[in-house]
Amino acid sequence: MKNLTVEEVSFPHQRYVLIKLTDQQPLPDILPGQFVEVKVDGAPNTFLRRPISVNYVDRNKNQLWLLIQLVGEGTRTLAKLTPGDCLNVVFPLGNGFSMPTDTNCDILLVGGGVGVAPLLYYGEQLKDKGFKPFFLLGARTKNDLLQIPLFQQFGEVFITTEDGSMGEKGFVTNHSVLGKKAFSHIACCGPKPMMMSVARYALANNIPCQVSLENMMACGLGACLCCVEKTVKGNVCVCKEGPVFDIRQLTWEL
Amino acid sequence: MSNLNIKIGDLQLKNPVMTASGTFGYGLEYADFVNLSDIGAIIVKGTTLHHREGNDYPRMAETPSGMLNCVGLQNKGVDYFCNNIYPQVKDIDTNVIVNVSGSTPEDYAECAARIDRLEKIPAIELNISCPNVKDGGMAFGVTRKGAAEVVRAVRARYHKTLIVKLSPNVTDITEIAKAVEDEGADAVSLINTLMGMAIDIERRKPVLSIKTGGLSGPAIKPVAVRMVWQVARAVRIPVIGLGGIMNAKDAIEFFMAGASAIQIGTANFIDPTVSVKVRDGINQWLDQHKVSSLSEIIGTVD
Repeated sequence: MKNLTVEEVSFPHQRYVLIKLTDQQPLPDILPGQFVEVKVDGAPNTFLRRPISVNYVDRNKNQLWLLIQLVGEGTRTLAKLTPGDCLNVVFPLGNGFSMPTDTNCDILLVGGGVGVAPLLYYGEQLKDKGFKPFFLLGARTKNDLLQIPLFQQFGEVFITTEDGSMGEKGFVTNHSVLGKKAFSHIACCGPKPMMMSVARYALANNIPCQVSLENMMACGLGACLCCVEKTVKGNVCVCKEGPVFDIRQLTWEL
Repeated sequence: MSNLNIKIGDLQLKNPVMTASGTFGYGLEYADFVNLSDIGAIIVKGTTLHHREGNDYPRMAETPSGMLNCVGLQNKGVDYFCNNIYPQVKDIDTNVIVNVSGSTPEDYAECAARIDRLEKIPAIELNISCPNVKDGGMAFGVTRKGAAEVVRAVRARYHKTLIVKLSPNVTDITEIAKAVEDEGADAVSLINTLMGMAIDIERRKPVLSIKTGGLSGPAIKPVAVRMVWQVARAVRIPVIGLGGIMNAKDAIEFFMAGASAIQIGTANFIDPTVSVKVRDGINQWLDQHKVSSLSEIIGTVD
């Protein structure tokens, strides 16, 4: 648990805030796909911490980025932070995405809505380790697409929007690249219906697939057993044994 | 430094701060945040004779100044605890207490008997008050007869310190407290969660998978203080107070109401170091008020 200092607050879109945090000490090792639990002060109805995925870690600037969708009182209160403010954070939590072993394989990272957040750091880490990641990012409209130029730094980006205002029209699973290119790994984060249809595609094509879940949490440490997901091993804590799961571990009806 | 030592039955506590069952895992989950030996006692997850999967997700709802949960006693059973968890927790340099639950008096007694054999577990806390499973004990905890029956069965087979955790979901908690005292309980802890409910108005459905759950957090603190005060005046055995304690000032309220020790529950989710902060805060308060021993303030409010 640490008090991190807010260095930058920006609004990539009116429904999202990007908060860049720093510390006097070097940030600890953080794996892509891990998350933090943020204490929200000054919000009377926000009692519990808010779990937020790590969007990016900028080692040069010793910065931790959180990309947050403004949903309720807690996240809207976080959006009022200004540079110099302190944020109490428990981190890093959870398991994170796994790294494939063969750097020649083509890895597809699929994100929808604010679910794109952890894929930026994962993409950067993959590129850093010699992989060539591809991104397939979906949103309702072009205004809901986030951080596209940043994603493009780390790999080729394919886009779908539900209204066709950018990229191909439709859902991520309708994108033509899926028919053209044979991917060897898929990682996905987004709304559950999207993750289920991506998982269905992966299963049908025999591609290993990881998904990042966001069940409601309290402790974030595997103590309260509130955020459980049904798996082949029984109920397990998403905060501790996840948030990233191989789809074959889950009991989703695909 | 004031004297924070407290005795509950044969149980010697170096300080009166315990962590509540179900909110602190097996302690190990919090070892990165606090020195576990700084805590007076760690009460580990509810343990049953057999493995339980618990209830379906969603198991939690955030509510004003608190939360509802319906975890439903998910645990791998007492034998798993004895063989796999006990070796990991037995050398923690503080009291590790097991919370025991069951669906019949025989289950409770058998589970307790197996824990009785574990040398480094000096006490159990009998959960006769879980509101989240049909057969999980609350049925026992809401009548004098039921509570007495379970405590009698366990007392016959458990020989160390026996704490009984009481449900607030009753008309008169002092009646239940007296019944378990009469059957040989060494202490009572209260309160367990208050039964509550939250509804998702867009889906027009309850938020929790089993519709109702147990309310915890500061929202229930005044109820808990009142019940501790009532029970402390009704029984001779020590009372352990819990319910919404977030800081040392909250803890002092419980001591003045009559609690000999306190438990920190839901607050652990917001600050994983809170238990040690509460201990330090109690010390500081006693020093500032020139109280040399914690026992001097226990039950001082009439």
